[in-house]
Amino acid sequence: MSILEVDNLSVSFKQYTSGLRQHTQEVISNLSMELVSGEILAVVGASGSGKSLLAHAILGILPSNAQTSGKIRFDGEVLTTKLQEQLRGKEIALVPQSVSFLDPLMRVGAQVRTSVRKGKAKEAQKKVFERYHLKEEVENMYPFQLSGGMARRILVSTAMVSGARVIIADEPTPGLDSVVIKEALTNFREFADQGCAVMLISHDIESALQVADKVAVFYGGTVLEIAPAENFEGNGDRLQHHYSKALWRALPQNDFTCEFKN
Amino acid sequence: MQLSKQLNLNKRQSTLLACIVLSIIVCAVVLTGFLYDEDRIASNLEVRNAAPSFDHFFGTDWLGRDMFSRTIMGLSLSIGVGLVGAIGSASISIILGVIAATMGKVADSIVTWLIDLFLSVPHLVSLILIAFAFGGGFKGIVFGIALTHWPSLARVIRSEVMQVRSLDFVQVSRKMGKSRWWIAKEHIMPHIVPQIIVGILLLFPHAILHEAAVTFLGLGLSPHEPAIGIILSESMRYLSVGMWWLAFFPGICLLIIVRMFDKIGDNLRMLIDPHHAHR
Amino acid sequence: MLLEANHVSFRYGTEPWLFRHVDFKIKTGEIVGLVGPSGSGKTTFGRLLAGYETPHEGSITLDGSPVPSNRYHPIQLVFQHPEKAVNPRWKMRKIVNEGWEPDEALLEKLGIMQEWLERWPNELSGGELQRFCVARALGTNTRFLIADEMTTMLDAITQAQIWHAVLEIAEKRNMGVLVISHDHHLIHRLCTRIIEFKDLV
Repeated sequence: MSILEVDNLSVSFKQYTSGLRQHTQEVISNLSMELVSGEILAVVGASGSGKSLLAHAILGILPSNAQTSGKIRFDGEVLTTKLQEQLRGKEIALVPQSVSFLDPLMRVGAQVRTSVRKGKAKEAQKKVFERYHLKEEVENMYPFQLSGGMARRILVSTAMVSGARVIIADEPTPGLDSVVIKEALTNFREFADQGCAVMLISHDIESALQVADKVAVFYGGTVLEIAPAENFEGNGDRLQHHYSKALWRALPQNDFTCEFKN
Repeated sequence: MQLSKQLNLNKRQSTLLACIVLSIIVCAVVLTGFLYDEDRIASNLEVRNAAPSFDHFFGTDWLGRDMFSRTIMGLSLSIGVGLVGAIGSASISIILGVIAATMGKVADSIVTWLIDLFLSVPHLVSLILIAFAFGGGFKGIVFGIALTHWPSLARVIRSEVMQVRSLDFVQVSRKMGKSRWWIAKEHIMPHIVPQIIVGILLLFPHAILHEAAVTFLGLGLSPHEPAIGIILSESMRYLSVGMWWLAFFPGICLLIIVRMFDKIGDNLRMLIDPHHAHR
Repeated sequence: MLLEANHVSFRYGTEPWLFRHVDFKIKTGEIVGLVGPSGSGKTTFGRLLAGYETPHEGSITLDGSPVPSNRYHPIQLVFQHPEKAVNPRWKMRKIVNEGWEPDEALLEKLGIMQEWLERWPNELSGGELQRFCVARALGTNTRFLIADEMTTMLDAITQAQIWHAVLEIAEKRNMGVLVISHDHHLIHRLCTRIIEFKDLV
């Protein structure tokens, strides 16, 4: 059952070109996809191609010079700005890309606790910290005291305790070592198995493939194809699009080639 | 910004337009203020206490002096005081801010302490004291403004320089074999110059208002100088007899100029801030 | 040429030691991989080698003598986040030419388009910016390149392209490269020697 549907979404920005003129630049065009409960959809593609903006569009946190068209539906209901605000952090949770999303003046333990909606906050937070190998003293640290990897684990924990039905993870794994990556991904898997929908935005196909059910290949502001994860194998011959194949073959464990030139 | 909506201007264009309009007004006011001779505001007892008319746009006062001319001359003087004061103040901020950010911990704590000290005393109080110490009048008020308005800008510059210095690309530049001087010139200055310009623009209205306030209280410019503050304080006595124009027009003019500087400063600040830059 | 870390220790301020008495050697022509869990101090170690930090104990030497600090540094570091390593108020042409002037062939090898040179950093993607940072760090006087998660944030195609170019240049100029990464596949693909950071400490 699909929880979240993106229908013909376009996002464009107003920018100053040179001096005084403003022009509109489209960064996402005519994108359609859906998130199904119990499934992980990985969105892979070049960094800076607008993948994060897709997440921001769904959450309604685009910068104010952005314009959108098209529809996003949650549970069949069209998402309005107001509805997005209500659902954000409750039904739809974000695992963001950077530490700057944490409140710099709040101890991280407390930040994780504020996201807990059901049950005892303290317990849930302790449990999730244990799960991510965060020592007890980390609870009382401020974001600036965390190493990159620790910060990321905090961000993952925050979404994990919120009990949301849709989790959008924006590059949740770079900067983590493989053990922690595997853990984080396993947790996303468990999350999906509980009946939630997970959107995993990543440029790291390899780790995404470990858990994803489907993979959406993102290029030039839109989704080229949505392929089942098992199609990424061998020489990538079961992939439809030229770019998807090139992306797959460019991995260091495959051919490590760069035949696709933009 | 109703006008800018009608003309379909974006923020950069409307800011530029406001800058042009404001500089024309300011130049015109300052120039006419200088070119007017004293005859324009000579007393003419035949037209005492006249309400605004085509002969006297802003009316006349109890000595029959033309209020329009007085306002222009007052504004011209106020703008002069504000400009000199704001530039003096900004110079102090730049010097102290850069010293604090680059010359080590001792210099930094001294400057920070000075900033806190000046910020802890209300502007008006220290302004009055300093103006007194310098013997009042034009000199006193200019020094007073220059010496009291620098702390907030100095703090901005200090933190800005410190922040830029610690950025990756500045450190990379060192490893490219660039000298400190070269880095200061090529990397750090371009980052803080816009801040300084905005700082001066935002200081300016403060300077003018404080000058007017101190003069109004009788502690600034001397009564024979046609400053806005003096015009306002003199006219207070006549408000109760219904001569509203004495205070109304000079006040409004002062307000408009101050507001425009404020607005332009704000717009510029938004435009140089990367988070708002493209709105 | 031989780059050595002799008994190097480091900590930030008065915090606990990040690592103590680390010995490490890398020769020109070598491609060495450095792996280890996050937060173990690999990044800081890379910064020490490239002269961004000074060790509290021990020394970094190049052929036995200290590394000169007031001219072009022979050990160049490429950061994980290119966005922070370029001045946002400079055009790309000025950025890439800051330390030396790369020729067109090198830019092309790294996949840098000529028209990008006239753009501002915020008009390019992370992958595009990183190519410039690599080009900037590959000056003719660079003897060692430290790549700290250099391509972690980039897609596979860009990653492959950048590394092919770097390997080719490193071989031609007999440069040493230290690859710091979590990606075991990448490290195995690139490196002639692999070191666990915890074995050094």
